[in-house]
Amino acid sequence: MIQTMNRRFFLKVSSLAGGGLLLGVNAASAADASEFSPNAYIRIHPDGQITIISKNPEGGQGIKTAQAMQVAEELDADWKDIKIQQAYLNEKLYGRQAAGGSMSTPSDWNVLRQAGAAGKQMLLAAAAATWAVPVSECRAEFSKVIHEPTKKTLSYGELSKKAATLNPPDLKTVPLKDPKDYRLIGKAIMGVDVPSITVGKPLYGIDFVLPGMLSAVYEKCPVYGGKAVSANLDEIKKLPGVKHAFILSGGKGYDSGVAIVATTWWAAQSARKKLKVQWEEGPTAAQSTESFNTQAEGLFQQAPAFSLRDDGDVDAVLKSSSKVVDAKYTYPFISHAQLEPENCTAQFTDGKLEIWAPSQTPGRGLQMISQESGISPENITLHLLQIGGGFGRRLSNDYVVEAGMIAKEVNGAPVKLLWTREDDMQHDFYRPGGYQHLQGAVDDSGKLVAWKNHFVSFGEGKNFAASANISPGEFPAQFVPNFSLGITLMPLGVPTGALRAPRSNSLAWVIQSFIDELAHAAGKDPVEFRQALLGDGSPVGTGREKYDAGRMKAVLQLVAEKSGWGKVRLPSRTAMGVAFHYSHMGHFAEVAQVHVSEKKEVRVEKVWVAGDIGSQIINPSGAANQVEGSVIDGLSELMGQEITFKAGRAVQSNYHQHPVVRMKQAPPVIETHFLRSKNPPTGLGEPPLPPILPAVCNAIFTATGERVRTLPLSKSGYKWA
Amino acid sequence: MPISLKVNGKSHKVDAPSDMPLLWVLRELIDLRGTKFGCGAGQCGACTVHINGAPTRSCVMPVSAVAGKEITTIEGLSPDGNHPLQVMWQKLDVPQCGYCQAGQIMSAAALLKKKPNPTDADIDTAMDGNLCRCGTYIRIREAIHAAAKQGIGTSASPTQSASLKD
Repeated sequence: MIQTMNRRFFLKVSSLAGGGLLLGVNAASAADASEFSPNAYIRIHPDGQITIISKNPEGGQGIKTAQAMQVAEELDADWKDIKIQQAYLNEKLYGRQAAGGSMSTPSDWNVLRQAGAAGKQMLLAAAAATWAVPVSECRAEFSKVIHEPTKKTLSYGELSKKAATLNPPDLKTVPLKDPKDYRLIGKAIMGVDVPSITVGKPLYGIDFVLPGMLSAVYEKCPVYGGKAVSANLDEIKKLPGVKHAFILSGGKGYDSGVAIVATTWWAAQSARKKLKVQWEEGPTAAQSTESFNTQAEGLFQQAPAFSLRDDGDVDAVLKSSSKVVDAKYTYPFISHAQLEPENCTAQFTDGKLEIWAPSQTPGRGLQMISQESGISPENITLHLLQIGGGFGRRLSNDYVVEAGMIAKEVNGAPVKLLWTREDDMQHDFYRPGGYQHLQGAVDDSGKLVAWKNHFVSFGEGKNFAASANISPGEFPAQFVPNFSLGITLMPLGVPTGALRAPRSNSLAWVIQSFIDELAHAAGKDPVEFRQALLGDGSPVGTGREKYDAGRMKAVLQLVAEKSGWGKVRLPSRTAMGVAFHYSHMGHFAEVAQVHVSEKKEVRVEKVWVAGDIGSQIINPSGAANQVEGSVIDGLSELMGQEITFKAGRAVQSNYHQHPVVRMKQAPPVIETHFLRSKNPPTGLGEPPLPPILPAVCNAIFTATGERVRTLPLSKSGYKWA
Repeated sequence: MPISLKVNGKSHKVDAPSDMPLLWVLRELIDLRGTKFGCGAGQCGACTVHINGAPTRSCVMPVSAVAGKEITTIEGLSPDGNHPLQVMWQKLDVPQCGYCQAGQIMSAAALLKKKPNPTDADIDTAMDGNLCRCGTYIRIREAIHAAAKQGIGTSASPTQSASLKD
């Protein structure tokens, strides 16, 4: 049913809408008057129900609710009348349809409000025409138009038929509300799926079913990039429930492996236990965490392979300074471990492929499956399904391609592919580990005058592996007169990718921990030292390297005030630590109050977060939830998460070896303060995460005198209290 | 083998291998998909159901072991989704991705039955087997306390639910 409506909607507006700016009266709907669709995002039905199309994938970041709020606000719709429908993939119509990089809010904030405002303007015009009064005498609220002088009203439902015959206004010039008049934006609104979630309604990719659907498992080589040569397929095909078993050769977008397709997933998974595969493991079998560690230690003895930045004369200043700090930082590969394992449903019939995918980048998924299967993009339809946690894992579409290739081979019946947790943890696109050798100097006045980093990361030549890179402008570049950043890359056969706040989730830990070391070396208070480092608050750099020091100084000051930094007497082995980081257009500073027992048991007692993500917090409830989740996510990464490799395969396979913070380990209080600056609103899914790791480590140093330079903390004997 | 199950007060006859975990019987044979698969090893709690009132990880529970026992899933926790926990989960807007929440609510419901007024420590212990990868723990704890205050003995009446949502 939903598909039909979607398709009809697309067909009607596709000839009118262009390039994602999508304005166009739905002509056919005007003719049959069944609904009013002023643009791609809104449908108003004669019975008063208003459907808002949610174009981006939802994976817990709350975008479905926040974006509908933006449309409904300017439409002046009553939130009770709103029904939200997930769009299927059509980037020509909707523009970017993705969940990543905290980009949905900054990229859609204007167009969604304009879409709502345009709809409202047409409803006002329709009412004015019905009453034969000037439109200036009419106003809209709660899904109604009111004629002020007579107090007559017409509901949006009643007006939908007439509105559909009018010409739409120009989206770009349509007037938008003054934020002080907002009724929805800025109010705490419950996530639209929460009622369904609390009663266990099927909602996610894993819950999707079709009549006659089969279920599949897909066994890949434990060594990354390895190939299936042969398998006991005949034996497997005889097992209960098994319908198909075959080898897929793999390609650019997915790995070779063996598919088992059965009447139920449990039947397929049971058959898999009897599967015997001969693998050709390939060159990655020679790689291991131990060999990376040894290699990196050797590379630190040599000059970097290339330089990303060289300001002033670092070596001369390091040589002449009396206070020099020299430290090596190491952090591990980690896995996304989103709770819903990878899954995707696909059906191939009559040369056409239909896919139902919980993907963060469905557009890329469609392209990849087209390339691998040879099915042209026009013959592939992709539906977006709800995601049980993304965190960046579903930016990669390997499981989407696998499902498509399996369905093509099965030919006819729909197939749902579902991975196990072990598949997930051992075939991730990992957050890459890294090694950084830092040297810094402070002068006699306590000012940071030199910063040198030799970053040993992964890649080939000068090409970094995915998410293993660093920007030449990464802080504190541009704030230290003598600054050098040298790089050496080690070849890597293990797949890597973006994990929530990619790069920042490791870089902030290194940078803000080392800044703390320098502050202590300078004999300065860590907050004051950071404020001095940020200078007078003038923005520095241009383009992608622009750094708004003023915004950062303000959140740093705010978090210091709120936490009582430097003013609170704490018991022994209890201390506060501070850190800040700029990423994904968000400025965040955090303070953690931490107790460490003699037995190295760590309790994060309280966390204060100060953030600047612009002038408007769209949904304060969702916003606070994202901040708390980011902090707790960061603590999981900090304490125990590490993927290690032996003979080219991941050692860890489930949560017992790659732990996620549990309730009793989470801080009981996370206090969030937003600083409203005069900047357009930006995303919140990622930027609150990076500062928590160094904030806790900096607190541990103050509480115990031990500086943590290796993650996870568990490697140094720490554990949660 | 044919097995008789009692799920949410209803009798079901299923034909399943005796070692098939209850989770997959619920999801694939009885079409109750609210109970979730997360780890397959009893580590994450997303698959939590009640067996004779006790919170149980259904992903590691062979179906043959629960024949004839009272099984309750998230779909059967309350007649209209108005168990005080379900109401409070909405009022406090607990979920993010929501995938773990059925398991969280089932563990919390078993706790409140045993201890109608749990302390923070009681909650931490009872909820220790349930991971929330999104990190909604602070709201989960708050929602359990709020539901406890409301009283677990009776389900919230519709009027109460309506007023709570304001």
